[in-house]
Amino acid sequence: MASKRHLTRRAQQLAARTEHAIRVVAKPLAKYGFPWRSPTVPRGITVPEKPDTLGGNFETDWARRPLASVFRSAFTAGPMKLMTTVLARPEVLGLDRLTDLARLDDPPPLIFAPDHHSHLDTSVMIQAIPPAWRRDLVVAAAADYFFDKRWKATFSALALNAIPIDREATGRQSADLFRDLIDDGRSLLIYPEGGRSPDGWAQPFKGGAAYLSAKTGVAVVPVHIEGTGAIFGKGMKKPRPGRTRVIFGEPLLSLPDENTRRYNARIEAAVGRLTEESVSDYWTAARRAAAGAANRLEGPSTSSWRRKWLLTERRHREISGRNNRPDRSWPNLGPRQK
Amino acid sequence: MPRPGFVLDVDRSTPPMLFWHGEKFSLERLPADRSRVIYPAESFPGLTDPQAAIRDALEHPLDMDPLRALLHADMKLTICFDDASLSLPKMRRPDSRQRIIEAVLDLAAEAGVDDVHIIAALGLHRRMHDYELRHVLGNRIFDAFAPNGTLYQHDAEDPENLTVLGETDHGEVLEINKRVADSDLVVYANVNQVAMDGGWKSLVTGVASYRCLSHHHNPESLQNTRSLMDRHHSALHHSIWRLGKVLRDNGPKVFQIESTINTDAFPSPFEFLSKREWEWTARDRMTYLATAKTLDRLPRRAARKIFHGIEAPYAMTGVYAGFTESVHERTLEDVYRQHIVEVEGQTDILTLGVPFISPYNPESIMNPILVMCMGLGYMFNMYRNKPLVREGGVIIMTHPTYRDFHPVHHPSYIDFFDEVLSDTTDPAVMSEKWERRYAEDEWYRHLYRTGNAYHGVHPFYAWYWGAHGQQWAGKVIIVGGDPTAVRRMGFTPASTMDDAFELASDVVGRSPSITHLHVPSVLVADVK
Repeated sequence: MASKRHLTRRAQQLAARTEHAIRVVAKPLAKYGFPWRSPTVPRGITVPEKPDTLGGNFETDWARRPLASVFRSAFTAGPMKLMTTVLARPEVLGLDRLTDLARLDDPPPLIFAPDHHSHLDTSVMIQAIPPAWRRDLVVAAAADYFFDKRWKATFSALALNAIPIDREATGRQSADLFRDLIDDGRSLLIYPEGGRSPDGWAQPFKGGAAYLSAKTGVAVVPVHIEGTGAIFGKGMKKPRPGRTRVIFGEPLLSLPDENTRRYNARIEAAVGRLTEESVSDYWTAARRAAAGAANRLEGPSTSSWRRKWLLTERRHREISGRNNRPDRSWPNLGPRQK
Repeated sequence: MPRPGFVLDVDRSTPPMLFWHGEKFSLERLPADRSRVIYPAESFPGLTDPQAAIRDALEHPLDMDPLRALLHADMKLTICFDDASLSLPKMRRPDSRQRIIEAVLDLAAEAGVDDVHIIAALGLHRRMHDYELRHVLGNRIFDAFAPNGTLYQHDAEDPENLTVLGETDHGEVLEINKRVADSDLVVYANVNQVAMDGGWKSLVTGVASYRCLSHHHNPESLQNTRSLMDRHHSALHHSIWRLGKVLRDNGPKVFQIESTINTDAFPSPFEFLSKREWEWTARDRMTYLATAKTLDRLPRRAARKIFHGIEAPYAMTGVYAGFTESVHERTLEDVYRQHIVEVEGQTDILTLGVPFISPYNPESIMNPILVMCMGLGYMFNMYRNKPLVREGGVIIMTHPTYRDFHPVHHPSYIDFFDEVLSDTTDPAVMSEKWERRYAEDEWYRHLYRTGNAYHGVHPFYAWYWGAHGQQWAGKVIIVGGDPTAVRRMGFTPASTMDDAFELASDVVGRSPSITHLHVPSVLVADVK
């Protein structure tokens, strides 16, 4: 027992000596206050908050300088391409609709407006967009997701040439920035849905792409991406490799006397037609579109299980449905003859 | 602004001229002070927005209502298009036909037309392979129509799907594809590479039967065709226009869409082929040397593969739609504006470098009969008013003329060469004696209908195509050609161009005038 009491007293002595030693060491530093240390705030004074440099305010000019561009080219042609090929095996269709523009001496900038199912969409699109536009492509990325932390913001800007955009409404600052970039000859990849599809069906398009196109006179290219949702859709913990297909549509321009809302609806309808084209064929899609048939992009407005049910059926017909099928099927030669 | 075509008088400072020699080419020096070279105009610029031009043509047709007004839900719509014989070389994607047919289908979809058939207007040409159909029409159209059987190729030997629409006052019977005849509206998508293409010829030959085609594809018509590039002085076209009148009076409504293309035939690294020799840069010269030396050493098959793999960067220069005759006149104006070169007087010797391709060997072999057809049929006929060479003059062609035949595409050509040409080279005689036998041969018919073979009668037609040139020229010499094959065709072989001039002197004397038709690209000499 005595020995235990002794040990306790020794520990208390040691702690007291350590505390004393720290006080002795720290005493000279206490003399160095402001400006060596942050100022104290007088009572009753409210300090204005510092402007947030993240989110929509993240500065991305540096990411478009030559050195960053070289890094990005190497990144997209190397690791990103490898990842996209391994995970998604994209098949690109409809590029002939852009060849006239691509063959011009100075191809005009374009706004690419695909539907959005997965984080993979951006890397698939960057690989699918023809080189004439890929070099100067900027990607509109959700400010609240890709630019909420400094490391994410820096990586997004550097690797994807991403620009922060508010999901809910295109603010004046973002709009001006995009307009300046388009005026500089840069093309834009923007997801008009504002975010990934929660259930596999598309969400209603927001007017950002239509607004920018109407203001700048740059054509919008509707694009349908198929299959990425099944590979790495929203809520999936890890990717499941499969096949994807990217279908480019005819570039659209705002018509005279057409407001942004109608123009946006036209863009959405065009993406819907490409969706139909991917699960049926060009002629069926054209006839359905002309007949004003319900847009299959957003799916039916029914209960959630029926939406999922129909989606399963659609996926069976589209390219992702092929993931589970064997590559080769042998003809049925009838019962074996003995 | 592209520079127009012109005639160069050769002097001592003129560099050697480029001559095609099948899958090879060579530079030949022409005698100074008595030779001239006809250069085509530089390639015209293409339309900046061909899609918009097509839509505009469909909305504002010539002498017809807009296509939109002609389409209604419960109609039978048939869309016909030119086969792989156009363009040469094949144009890079998207092909003009794809652009046109997609624009037509968009309007048909808006009108709710369900019954649409798309037919390749082959005539007696070989059936196109699926990859060729995909190239011409694009994957979207092919995938939408081919699987359910509404995209198919005309069969001129299917009695159940042919129908007689009437007869001209010359006794020519118009027998065409039944689906076309029964349609409420027929839309024809045309690529007009030369003045011979388009007009009534598209439908009246493209979806007709052998019986119908034999009225104008015969020695008599083709010997009186002056020339194929001038439809107003062509017996062939007169007959076709008469049949076109029968079609107009008794057949379905036809909405013709004709598109013209420029002459930008060769992509990099072959652009130097279209340049004038004295404007070749150091790079062009190096490319020529490297290419020529490589081709000399390559096996024929490999060289052929390279050339047939070329996709020409042709661009659409104009598009017109509406009533066939009105449309064709406008198209001809555009084609002539691009192709015509004025030439003073005829010549004693016409030299022609025959290339690796003709309309009848896309993705195939240029056999000796096609060499004759290309040289004496197409290249000789590149004139208006009168031929470049005087009557009784000499035509010198350069081509290896090897005895190679494509057994799948040209089966009847092999027998024609061995059997018919051994007997006669006279078109009239072979027409009388041999034509029907080949035309009605069951095996050739089977290969034409089910495989990818030209019709049994096709080698005759290819031979008749050169009938005018054969009749006009006093002598035909082929430089570098296989002597046996050349002699079989009734021509004279020569090893070099100098030898050819020496051989020609028997006919045209020691100091003849010489004219060289510079190919590529395409030109029509307007000979005064």
